Amino acid sequence: MRRNCYIPSGCSISGMMSESGKRLDGNAIIRSIALMHDRGNGLGGGFAAYGIYPWHSDQYAFHMMFDDMDAKERCEEHFKDRFEIVFDEEMPTRPGGVFEEETSGRHGDFGGQPIIDPPILWRYFMDVPEERMRFVSEREYVVEEVMEINSKVDGAFVASSGKNMGAFKGVGYPEDLGVFYKLGEYKAYIWTAHGRFPTNTPGWWGGAHPFCLLDWSIVHNGEISSYGINKRYLEPFGYRLELRTDTEVVAYLFDLLVRRHKMPIELAAKALASPFWKDIDRMPERERRIATAIRQVYGGALLNGPFSIILGHSRGMVGFNDRIKLRPMTCAKKDDMLYMASEESGIREIAPDLDLVWSPRAGTPVVGVLEEGVE
Amino acid sequence: MNSELPPEFIVKVDYDRCRRCRRCVMNCSFGCMTFKDRVVPEHRRCVACQRCVTYCPEYAITVSKNELAYKENENWSPEIRKNILKQAETGGMLLTGMGNPREYPILWDHLLIDACQVTNPSIDPLREPMELRTFLGRKPERLEFSMDEAGEIDLVTEIEPQVRLDVPVVFGAMSYGAVSLNVHRSLAMAASRSGTLMNTGEGGLHRELYPYSGNIIVQVASGRFGVHSEYLNTSAMVEIKIGQGAKPGIGGHLPGEKVGEDISKTRMIPVGTDALSPAPHHDIYSIEDLSQLIFAIKEATDYEKPVSVKISAVHNVAAIASGIVRAGADVVTIDGFRGGTGATPMVIRDNVGIPIELALAAVDERLREEGIRNNASILCAGGIRSSGDVAKAIALGADAAVIGTAALVALGCRICQKCYTGNCAWGIATQKPELVRRLNPQIGADRLTNLLAAWSLELKEILGSLGVNSIESLRGSRERLRGVGLDSQTLELLGVKPAGVGQ
Repeated sequence: MRRNCYIPSGCSISGMMSESGKRLDGNAIIRSIALMHDRGNGLGGGFAAYGIYPWHSDQYAFHMMFDDMDAKERCEEHFKDRFEIVFDEEMPTRPGGVFEEETSGRHGDFGGQPIIDPPILWRYFMDVPEERMRFVSEREYVVEEVMEINSKVDGAFVASSGKNMGAFKGVGYPEDLGVFYKLGEYKAYIWTAHGRFPTNTPGWWGGAHPFCLLDWSIVHNGEISSYGINKRYLEPFGYRLELRTDTEVVAYLFDLLVRRHKMPIELAAKALASPFWKDIDRMPERERRIATAIRQVYGGALLNGPFSIILGHSRGMVGFNDRIKLRPMTCAKKDDMLYMASEESGIREIAPDLDLVWSPRAGTPVVGVLEEGVE
Repeated sequence: MNSELPPEFIVKVDYDRCRRCRRCVMNCSFGCMTFKDRVVPEHRRCVACQRCVTYCPEYAITVSKNELAYKENENWSPEIRKNILKQAETGGMLLTGMGNPREYPILWDHLLIDACQVTNPSIDPLREPMELRTFLGRKPERLEFSMDEAGEIDLVTEIEPQVRLDVPVVFGAMSYGAVSLNVHRSLAMAASRSGTLMNTGEGGLHRELYPYSGNIIVQVASGRFGVHSEYLNTSAMVEIKIGQGAKPGIGGHLPGEKVGEDISKTRMIPVGTDALSPAPHHDIYSIEDLSQLIFAIKEATDYEKPVSVKISAVHNVAAIASGIVRAGADVVTIDGFRGGTGATPMVIRDNVGIPIELALAAVDERLREEGIRNNASILCAGGIRSSGDVAKAIALGADAAVIGTAALVALGCRICQKCYTGNCAWGIATQKPELVRRLNPQIGADRLTNLLAAWSLELKEILGSLGVNSIESLRGSRERLRGVGLDSQTLELLGVKPAGVGQ
């Protein structure tokens, strides 16, 4: 399953969120990403959804991919002492699923590539045993376990590992994967989606976006030209970067800065796509001090190269671009809905009538926050 | 003493062109040219400094190698035979200047830089901002923020002193004594104009240069020449010199004839006395002693300046650097075996130390493994010849590169390796007033500023082709380097993949 090659990629991304926590089914996000069909090449796509498992919201939902039954057994053996499995089942799928609607970006005769040859897809809802948390926090423990499984358990891959959320991804066009995973039957307050155009070899199922760790999910259009140093910056903190794609650094950087270093999420986005010195030098004193310190201390976390990224987490969604906006992203608002997509048409397709549409400035994060009190 | 050795160079004067102006006679500081009706060269004295060649108005002089035929022998090169003859005549150590000239591999020339094509666009530095700004000093591992009731975020962490560089290249340590005051003047002015630093070396800082304190690294070496409280505080940074790439483990010796009035005052030693730098600091016999000195200096400078420790690249450099960082240093300067010097025993220069590329890679990797890379900046010195070398050094993990020889070449040095004689015809490594005068510090500063400006442009071009717009995205990004013609162990040590392998 895991190919030993690195895959830079071009892509489409789309995200939608209800700030009031209204849960919507997956049909809209599938239509949005289907419209941008031509931005991908059928070698990878995926979705992240938040709020989909209210009946298991206290458990970590592990979406797993296995090469074969042996890998599944090896992994379950690995889980045995490390987690308490509350419930597990095969992921409901529709093998050979194809998106059959028409959008203005995809016509029946083009695209439409049945999803075949999936790995074994299984989901586990698990608690962390009390005694495992004596020396590390629960979340730290889960991160370590995810790293351990991905690097040590042959043929097993953790697609997502957060609570009340999940990633649905694979090789194929995203809209077909959406049908394959029956996303119309899930309801979420945040949906993000990704259509992939890897530029050399075929992707593998685990290598598709979104990349997830705990409740972080990343969909990413672009290439991280600073990958080399971002990787070396993360490694001493215990992150193992073995997925052979640059996107994983984004997920880990957010995990490091926001969860472990407790940085406000807007500032973390500023560390990853920092303002230029010429702008920092003109900032008011307090802001300048903060921006200067971030650049001095977090230089290794600076993401460089072309990208637009949508970060999902259980309390919101953040979209941002590289420092000179080398990849497109448009945002829009309608009532309590926040939309982000590579192309405005991807939003108009599902919400033709918008209150506000804008293209965020380079490096300026757009932050959607779930209203207080919404569970 | 008369030597049996044949001359190394042959000086040829084209008497048809020569108009007997005697400019060559005036310019030759090694006494090679005399005038007896016409210019007569004494070949034996020529060092190939090219001063006469450059200043002859008729271009009538050529200097060539004295291509003597030696019976072929791979083992007994002419060089080795000549050295033995010299030692047999004198019974002394062979002295020399500048860095190791031998044919050891130059790893910079086996490293190639990446560039963008299609999937990530390259960036045009003429259209887009391209950032080289670099800060030297200890950084915390993380920042802490506070939020008040109004939701205003503020920074809680206090960051230790940082020195800002506008170009990631600083001038290397060259003492007043080894080089002339005009060299120091040129370096200080150029550092100030270019937004970088010059380094006093171990000979103190002439009072005339105190106004440039914001661009000066003051050095504290084993001889403690010119070290006093005001000196330490007239600086951007203080450097403790433990070792030097050209002579690891060796002290220094400035002969008394170079110690005139000004040097005597600056170094705080009597006029005419030899200035001897012991091999070790006699108050540093261990890492804990070093730590004491680091903190003594921090106390003396009120914790307002980063303290650097400079070591030469030796076998165990990574572990030593780690100890230095843990001992409290804010910057580690590593000086490779190609690093220059005013005077060193040839046997040391040519046989001791390791290449800076390997030392740098090992130190950066070790500090990262230990999770202390943010605790100190790394300066990479010794054999940096071009902006390409600077970019490669930064990609291997350096915060900035250090240039000594390259700066002197910009000032006119021809690397004749006779610095220790005090006869430098270019007014660089000399204290003779008539020679010192040859280097105009204003022009020197212009030339150094030009060099740094040119390298900045080139570095920005490299960053642009890499598709990044900030130097920190290259720093330590070994993924953007590939090795050619290197064995797998060297590649592994450098942390670099062979050319032909993708990401």
